[in-house]
Amino acid sequence: MTEATSRPVQVHGEVLTTRRVGAYHHLSLVAPGIAEQTRPGQFVALAVGGPDTALLLRRAFSIYRVSSTGVYGGTVEIVFAARGPGTEWLARQQPHSPVDVVGPLGRPFALPREPVSATLVGGGYGSAPLFGLAETLRSRGSRVDFVLGAGSEQRLFGALDAKRMASTVAITTDDGSTGLRGRVTDVLAQVMERAGTDVVYACGPMAMLQAVSRVCADRGVTAQCAVEESMACGIGVCMTCVLPVRDEDGMTRMVRSCVEGPVFRGEAVRWEDVGTVPDDTYGAPAAAH
Amino acid sequence: MGGPVARFSVRTVPAPERTAEPRYDLATRLASVELPNPVLTASGCAAAGRELQQFFDVAALGAVVTKSIMLEPRSGRATPRMAETPSGMLNSIGLQGPGIDAFLAHDLPWLHEHGARAVVSIAGGSVEEYAELAGRLRGAAGLAALEVNISCPNVANRGLVFACDAGAAAAVVSAVRARTAPGVPVFAKLSADVTDIVAIARACVDAGADGLSMINTLLGMALDLDTMRPVLAGVTGGLSGPAIKPVAVRCIWQVHAALPDVPIIGMGGVRSGLDALELMLAGACAVSVGTAVFGDPGAPVRVLRELREALSARGFGRAADAVGYAHRTDRTT
Repeated sequence: MTEATSRPVQVHGEVLTTRRVGAYHHLSLVAPGIAEQTRPGQFVALAVGGPDTALLLRRAFSIYRVSSTGVYGGTVEIVFAARGPGTEWLARQQPHSPVDVVGPLGRPFALPREPVSATLVGGGYGSAPLFGLAETLRSRGSRVDFVLGAGSEQRLFGALDAKRMASTVAITTDDGSTGLRGRVTDVLAQVMERAGTDVVYACGPMAMLQAVSRVCADRGVTAQCAVEESMACGIGVCMTCVLPVRDEDGMTRMVRSCVEGPVFRGEAVRWEDVGTVPDDTYGAPAAAH
Repeated sequence: MGGPVARFSVRTVPAPERTAEPRYDLATRLASVELPNPVLTASGCAAAGRELQQFFDVAALGAVVTKSIMLEPRSGRATPRMAETPSGMLNSIGLQGPGIDAFLAHDLPWLHEHGARAVVSIAGGSVEEYAELAGRLRGAAGLAALEVNISCPNVANRGLVFACDAGAAAAVVSAVRARTAPGVPVFAKLSADVTDIVAIARACVDAGADGLSMINTLLGMALDLDTMRPVLAGVTGGLSGPAIKPVAVRCIWQVHAALPDVPIIGMGGVRSGLDALELMLAGACAVSVGTAVFGDPGAPVRVLRELREALSARGFGRAADAVGYAHRTDRTT
């Protein structure tokens, strides 16, 4: 596995296009200097609400796709659900609206050095960063299979993209409106069996990542999970997006998902303890006294 | 307006000199230490400078105020640690940090190597811990001043907030002052969540504080209306952002009126140069930019640029002339 480093920049971006995709919004932004550096799994943090807004905090979005060429220069695409004043503001923006963008942020998905069989698992619009990843993996000779899940067909994102790029695509929805009724983990083991999966890449809700990590652990397969923790800054200074993660020596630390993540090895994250500070955490109150 | 503020202690500042040359002297003093300009980061909003260096040169600021450091490594509180509120945010981090050893090994040397002046914020659970922290920092390269965080609201026991009690605040300040090198000013960071901030300020100064930082976050709380429970895992949190700026202006005003010779680092809701100017006019000789950094990582340098323009537009040739200018009694200016 290899990792690339990037240096985030803050740019005055501009909305290029907007469109609805099922229950979600798709936005492409002209954001020079960001697209060129972006690796799959990284994210951008957008200021919302305009210059005098009462909404002070940045919103983090995983990057769906980038284009570093073209008449507009580098563009970054994101997919999001409008469910709060910040994302609702963003959903109302029109082409040419200015948007302040910081990125690329976070550690990208670690890529295999050799061609492998990779299974990509996405929940809802959490699947967004997996398509750029699929392209990269395929360009390096890897096999790609997709498992996409959502609450309903409206909340499924990227099924057509997936069909275009993957050897196989399995789809699950909670209500059975498309694909199999159920969860991604109901079909994951079977897909992995068929594809001879060497590595799983996953992005979606915490509960899904926990379940995917368990399936992978049972089969001795590496899972690369991109988490979506709530953040205030996205750049590592606010300390709000922490979760308990074991380091290589087995010590649990509260680590920032914005700079040490958002991609973690599935077995390193203490999924069952997210939202708590386990007693054996480095610097935990229980350990200190 | 009105009230008993400062009948005798208001310093009359002469009207600013209008200079022909577009040169502005932005230098300011934190007691014995001169800073090239009055814009600082705020403790807890800039880590120890490294992350912000990706966006601007931290040495361009008056100083970097580091996140409060404790003796031991500390995990902080559970998540959720943050809630956005109108023009503000609540945080409940709980002083997560690496401890003084790692800070002295990695963070302070990094700031020094990058030419930044460090105002190191310290926090402890007892007078002895504060004193030991001051002792450990004594002689450290790059240390410009100490900011003694006696007012973090994110502690389990409200009775342990030293800044809520004049005697406890004074005990911490005097212990820190005694262990700190004479040339390094000690600033006490105060809470506005007290009945009489002037009394606390006076107690700190009498105990040896060279200056005061105000204000820390205000104790606040938000409920999640879907779960109908507190949003924050820690239940209560510290409110920051523009929502608290009027409280900061009031506190700085009152304390500067009562103690006009005591330097004040002002913070609380600064997100523009005009906000910084307002705190300076109230009596702050330097201004920390905190929560604004979360929304705009370049905020400190932008605020500095805007402050320079705002001072110039009002005819201040020196930033120092703006300090406390709103207290002037001469009605002709």
